Amino acid sequence: MSAAVLGIELAYWQSTLIRVVAGLVAVLLLTGGVVYLYLFKFVSFMQSRLGPMEAGPYGSLQLLAEVGKWLQKEDIHTEDSDRLVFGLAPAVVLSSTFLMFVVIPAGPDLVIANLGTGVYYVLAVSALSVLGILMAGWASANKYALMGALRAGGQLIAYELPMVLAVLGVVIMAGSLNLQDIVAAQAGGEIFGFSGIGNPYVLTQFVAFAVFMIAVQAELTQTPFDMPIAESELVAGYQVEYSGIRFLVYFISEFATAVAFAAVASTLFLGGWALPTSWGLSAGVMNVVGPLVVATKAVLLVGVVFWVRFSFPRFREDQLQKLAWKVLIPIALANILVTAVFKVAF
Amino acid sequence: MTAVTDRQKLQYITARAADARVNVELETEGMTLNIGPQHPATHGTLRIVARLDGEQVIAAEPVAGYMHRGYEKIAEVRTYAQVTTLVNRIDWLGSFANEVPFILAAERLMEVEAPPRAMWIRTILFEMSRIANLILFLGDMGVQLGAITPVFFAFRDREYVLDQIERVTGGRFHPNFDRIGGVKDDLPKGWLEDTKAVMEKVRSFCDEIEDLLMGSEVFQQRTRGIGIIPPDVALQYGLSGANARASGIDWDLRRDNCIGLAYPEVDWKVWTHPDGDSFARFWVRLQEVREASRIIDQLADGVPSGPIMAKVPRIIKVPAGEAWISTENPLGEMGYYVVSQGDLTPFRLKIRSASFNNISITPWLLRGVYVPDIVTILASLYFILGDIDR
Repeated sequence: MSAAVLGIELAYWQSTLIRVVAGLVAVLLLTGGVVYLYLFKFVSFMQSRLGPMEAGPYGSLQLLAEVGKWLQKEDIHTEDSDRLVFGLAPAVVLSSTFLMFVVIPAGPDLVIANLGTGVYYVLAVSALSVLGILMAGWASANKYALMGALRAGGQLIAYELPMVLAVLGVVIMAGSLNLQDIVAAQAGGEIFGFSGIGNPYVLTQFVAFAVFMIAVQAELTQTPFDMPIAESELVAGYQVEYSGIRFLVYFISEFATAVAFAAVASTLFLGGWALPTSWGLSAGVMNVVGPLVVATKAVLLVGVVFWVRFSFPRFREDQLQKLAWKVLIPIALANILVTAVFKVAF
Repeated sequence: MTAVTDRQKLQYITARAADARVNVELETEGMTLNIGPQHPATHGTLRIVARLDGEQVIAAEPVAGYMHRGYEKIAEVRTYAQVTTLVNRIDWLGSFANEVPFILAAERLMEVEAPPRAMWIRTILFEMSRIANLILFLGDMGVQLGAITPVFFAFRDREYVLDQIERVTGGRFHPNFDRIGGVKDDLPKGWLEDTKAVMEKVRSFCDEIEDLLMGSEVFQQRTRGIGIIPPDVALQYGLSGANARASGIDWDLRRDNCIGLAYPEVDWKVWTHPDGDSFARFWVRLQEVREASRIIDQLADGVPSGPIMAKVPRIIKVPAGEAWISTENPLGEMGYYVVSQGDLTPFRLKIRSASFNNISITPWLLRGVYVPDIVTILASLYFILGDIDR
């Protein structure tokens, strides 16, 4: 079995290795950039302070310093903790994050696996992180961690639903579950006969987009939906007993998941890697420009997530569930109905 | 240490009773959650033992004393001038306000009165420490609710106020500036004009907080109708200050029992709120910061000239007698009961600090609330550990 990467014939293991390494580097670079840009700098300017300034120019090497600090810390666990589960939990969360990147396309050929049911796959693997969080909460042998994990379980499952229902609107519009097809449908679409900017679904599916972004905020457990972490009441929720490299894994997975969801949102709603077909760019050009296009869109969307995170107080657990079940799910269902009617009518 | 105190016994019995009730009703097992003494919501080292059913609190008991420094006892071996240094550290966010009632009580025993200029300076600094204290509350309430941006604004704007305090007294946090018979120094040149400019900044901070935090839908959902204290319960537990005023009790010692301070000379208002919930407590304190900035503006316009010290002997021996003076401090009513036997030191000093009484309501107030609301309610009650434990 062989596959062609940029016109060169490679054995299956070679092409897989290239894809995995390129994927890991891209994801980690993007995540690091997002952490520096938003968590360190953007937020500091919002809060009228400078943020890190010492490590490297404008503190740009701060993240490396932090990683170095975490790596050399002692591996601590509580006496009563279930050590096997305790150690596995961060890995489960992180693998759920990396599995999401598998199907996100960054160009006509730049996708690790072009699955026919890509949308379904992304939403399914993103839900796996609940398992890791529940494992962490249980294995920590800490009451705060347990409460945080149970809250996370309730919250993540509640917000899967509006997310899936919001995405259904896009799937109806594109008529496909494949992410490449969805991108192509947006790039080749037209608005009232005008095809200059394609037809990014955010224009027609703006309700679904809003619901999706709110659900993303909750899936990422960012304020105002950060009940599982809730540093002022649960100290750090399910992460409370983690330190050193295990905490680093949680940290990476939190922000990599933010990038992943933003990339999914930009693929589904903002046109993904593609520039409109009417501009007449060849596939070869798009293989170079595409990653930049989708990365820009994703980084901007992560910016929105952080902007909201640092502007709002957090909800209470019951208010959070109310918002999901009584507001977002009915809205998403109505959106599906209206989309289906319009799709059939026009 | 095998002796069991009455409190521990009571705690045990209530916990068992709560367990039994829950087990009969729902067949679930309760959980005891130790909130503190090291916990971000407790502002230091308050410990709250909460008996939980799921996320609902069945019984909660505050355990104070982790920061007890024994000031009442130490004061018995300190001269009157040295005691102000100690009491500065009771409510460390509004330090100057701690000195004033003690000095007033000593002045009453010595039958001296500060000259008008000293009285004015005292009142201005008193209100500035109120602002410095409450600004931090306004930001901290956001942190407890998960919004970390307001507290950075609070720290930024509090620094302007602390700078002004430092210019007069030399200390940002612990001024140690009040003296029996007056104040230590006169105001620096141009200080009053700068202070009025700072008060403008304080008012714009209040507008900012109102916009950023209080106007937020989430904030309103989290605080409105949460932790309601009816006026009669507030009186029973001896609540004072903004906590009482938020329950609709129109009681402010600055207006109702003003001794030795310049409040009757200015035009200001006591704010109350009928609701008695967490939101009302936040709102009342926000209005109090605004009102305090207006008081300082008016006082700054009319500081009388004259001496800043009355005639007092160099070595202060307070005549035998006893005096009780309380003032409206940032956290509530703070009072000193000074007993003197004519020595260099007080014979006995009793400190009534506001936070100790304010947190005594927590077992009543926290019963039946959810865990996230514990944090909001504690934050809105606004205690400072030094003020509880002394």
